[in-house]
Amino acid sequence: MSRLHVVSGKGGTGKTTVAAALALALATEGRRTLLVEVEGRQGIAQVFETEALPYEERKIAVAPGPDGASAGDAARGGRRPGEVHALAIDAERALLDYLQMFYKLGSAGRALKKLGAIDFATTIAPGLRDVLLTGKACEAVRRKDKQGRYVYDAVVMDAPPTGRITRFLNVNDEVAGLAKMGPIHNQAQAVMRVLKSPETAVHMVTLLEEMPVQETADGIAELRAAGLPVGGVVINMTRPAVLGTGDLDIAARGARAGVAKALSQAGLGGARRGGLAERLIDPLLEQAREHAERVDLERAEHAELTALGLPTYELELLPEGVDLAGLYRLARELRRQGPI
Amino acid sequence: MTADDPTLDAPAPWLEVDALLDDPGTRIVVCCGSGGVGKTTTAAALGVRAAERGRRAVVLTIDPARRLAQSMGISELDNVPRQVKGVDGASGGELHAMMLDMKRTFDEIVEGHADAARARAILENPFYQSLSAGFAGTQEYMAMEKLGQLRARDEWDLIIVDTPPSRSALDFLDAPKRLGSFLDGKFIRVLMAPAKVGGRAGMKFLNAGMSMMTGTLSKLMGGQLLRDVQTFVAAMDTMFGGFRTRADATYRLLQAPGTAFLVVAAPERDALREAAYFVERLAAERMPLAGLVLNRVHGSGAAKLSAERALAAAEALTDCAEEEAADIPLGAAAGAAENLEPDGIVDHDGGKAASGTADGPSPAPAAPAGHPPVSAEQLAAGLLRLHAERMQVLARERRTRDRFTALHPEVPVAEIAALPGDVHDLDGLRLIGARLALDPTHTDAPD
Repeated sequence: MSRLHVVSGKGGTGKTTVAAALALALATEGRRTLLVEVEGRQGIAQVFETEALPYEERKIAVAPGPDGASAGDAARGGRRPGEVHALAIDAERALLDYLQMFYKLGSAGRALKKLGAIDFATTIAPGLRDVLLTGKACEAVRRKDKQGRYVYDAVVMDAPPTGRITRFLNVNDEVAGLAKMGPIHNQAQAVMRVLKSPETAVHMVTLLEEMPVQETADGIAELRAAGLPVGGVVINMTRPAVLGTGDLDIAARGARAGVAKALSQAGLGGARRGGLAERLIDPLLEQAREHAERVDLERAEHAELTALGLPTYELELLPEGVDLAGLYRLARELRRQGPI
Repeated sequence: MTADDPTLDAPAPWLEVDALLDDPGTRIVVCCGSGGVGKTTTAAALGVRAAERGRRAVVLTIDPARRLAQSMGISELDNVPRQVKGVDGASGGELHAMMLDMKRTFDEIVEGHADAARARAILENPFYQSLSAGFAGTQEYMAMEKLGQLRARDEWDLIIVDTPPSRSALDFLDAPKRLGSFLDGKFIRVLMAPAKVGGRAGMKFLNAGMSMMTGTLSKLMGGQLLRDVQTFVAAMDTMFGGFRTRADATYRLLQAPGTAFLVVAAPERDALREAAYFVERLAAERMPLAGLVLNRVHGSGAAKLSAERALAAAEALTDCAEEEAADIPLGAAAGAAENLEPDGIVDHDGGKAASGTADGPSPAPAAPAGHPPVSAEQLAAGLLRLHAERMQVLARERRTRDRFTALHPEVPVAEIAALPGDVHDLDGLRLIGARLALDPTHTDAPD
C-alpha cells in the first residue's frame, strides 16, 4: 500500500479539499497521517477552518472514529484515535533546515541568507524550490521513531496542478543530472527513489468537464512516461441526473399541455395559454435542455476517464460548499469506495 | 440572463466591457485570477470581441486548452503571433493570437543581448537549459518579457494577456522585483568571486570571506554544478543590466493608465477569496484595476419561482403520481416487472417507479423502446426539481458574490452567464464576449 499520496488536478477541481478528505480517510483505526501543502496558499488551513499554518507539523484534526475496533487496531497495542497532522512547507525555511540538518551549516546558512543566496536558491535557481518541497515530503515519509516505526502511516501532499505535476516530481532527476556529484546529487537521488517506488501514488482530481478530463488524461500519460506511479482518479463534485435526454424528448414532443396541467395542479397557477403555469414551461424546459446537455457531456467524459483503466472514486457535489462536516463526509465516502 | 434574475439588483457598479475595449486609450488588458476560472477563455473572448469592434488586437495566451488553441489557429507553440481567421473584420479590426514559448523567449533574449560566442556559451550551459525550460517562476518572467516585447513592437493597439497558472496568482507581479533583488544582491558577486574579486590587493578580508563562501557553496552543490552556475552567471553578467531595465520598464507599463487589469473569478468561495486578495494586491502595487469578471454565473428564466415552492410542488406531483400508480395495478406502470408480484407491494412499487425516473432512463427489462413511460406529472416534478436545484445554485452564487462586493464595493463587476458545455470555437468565444458585455440593467428580457 502506498504511503505517499500525491494529489494533483487542474485548478478549480478541488484538489486541496480532496487531499484533506483523503488524509482524513487514511487516518482511521489509529493511523496517523500528515497532510502537506507545498504552494504556500494556506489552503489546508482554510479547508480545516483554522488559522494559517506555521512551518511546523501540528495536529489539525482527529479522524472519525473507526467503524468498530479492528484487529489491526489491537495489534498496534492501543486505541489511539486516528490523527491528521498538517504542514505548510516553506521552501526557504526548508532549505535552512536542510543546511542545518545535513551539513551543520547554522551560521553559514544565515550568512548565505544575508547574501541573498537563499532567495536565489528558492526563487530563481532551477527547481531547487521543488527539490526542497519534494525532499521535505519524502523525509516525512521515511521518518521513524525511536522504536523504528514510521512516524506517519501515510503522507498526503496537496501538490501543484496537473500542468506542472510531472515536472515538479521529476525535478530531482533533473537536479541529479545537473549536480553530478555531491550532497545535492545524493539527496536528489534519494528523493527520486521514494517517488518512483510503489510507496508513492499520484492521484488526479477532475471534474466531469472537458478541460479537466483532457488535462487528466494528458497528465497521466506524462506521469507514466516519466516512470512515476499513477494512483487513482477522483471525480469530484458529481451531480445526479434529474432528467434524462429521453424524458426531454417526450416533453418537447407535445407533453406541454399535460405538463402545464400538472404544474397547475401543483398550485403553480393557470394552465391556460398565458397562465402562470403555462408561462413557466419554456424557462423550465430551457433549464432541462441545459441539464440534459450537461448530463450527456458528463457521460462522455466519464467514459473517457473509465478508458484510462485506473481506479476511480466519485465524490458528490456538496450543495452548500465544503465545511468541516462536509469534509468528514467526503472522507467517509472515499473510505467506502476505497482502498485508495 | 434575464430581467427577473435576482442576482442583478446588487449594488456593485457595472463593468462596461465594451467601453473598455472601445477606448483607444486602453492598450493592455491583463486577465488574472486563480486556476480553473476561465482566464484563458475570457482573454480569447475579449480578443475576438475587441477585434470585431474594430481594434487591432493580439492575445497572448500562456497555456490554452488544446481545442481552444486550435480554434484560434495557434496549435503550434512557436512564439509568433498569427492572425486568427474567421474573425469579422468589417469594422476594420483584426485579431492575432500567440502561445507563449518560454524557452524560445528566453533564448531570444540571450541571442539579442550577447555576442554570438557568449550567446552560445549561455545556451549550452546546463544550468541555463534547466532554468529556461520552465521551472516555477520562469513562466512569469517570460510572460512579462513577452508583453514588453509586444508592446514595444507597437503593431497592435490592444494587447490582451492571459497570466500563468501560478502557485500564487500574483507571481507575475513579483517576477521583475525578484529578479531585481537578486541582481542587486551580493550573492551574484559571491558566485563570481573567483573571476572578479581575486587579485585585488585591498580586498583581502572580503576575499577570504568570499572564498569561505564559495567553499561552502562548492561543498553543497558539488564543484561541477557550482562551476556551471558561475559560468552561467558570468556569461549572463553583461545582459543582466538589460534584463533589469526591461523588467522595470514592464512593471511601469503595468502601472500605466493604458493598462487595465481584469480579475477573473468563478462565483465560488475559494475563487472569490483569491480574487479579493488580488484586488488588494493590485491596489497596493498601484496597478490599474478595471474590474471583476465573474465567470459561469447561473441565471434562471423563472427566478420568481423559489426553490422551496418548486420542491413542494414537485413533491405534491410525485405523491399524486404514486397514488395513480396504485390505482391501476396493471396499468400505467406495466413495464416494471415488479408489478407481477402479488398485491400489497404494488403501492410501494409505484413509488419506486416514480423515483426511478429521477435517475434518467431506468433499465426496466420489459420497457418498450428503452424508456419507461413517464407521466406528465413525473415530468413536471422532474422539471421542478431541476429548477429548485438551479435556484439553490443561484442563491449560493449570489451570497458568495455579495460577500465580495461587501468587501470591495468600489470594484465594477461584469458577469458571464454559464454555458452548459465548454467553448472551443469562435462562435462560442463570440457568445461569451456578448454575454460579458451584456448590460445587467437592461430590461428587455429575451424570451
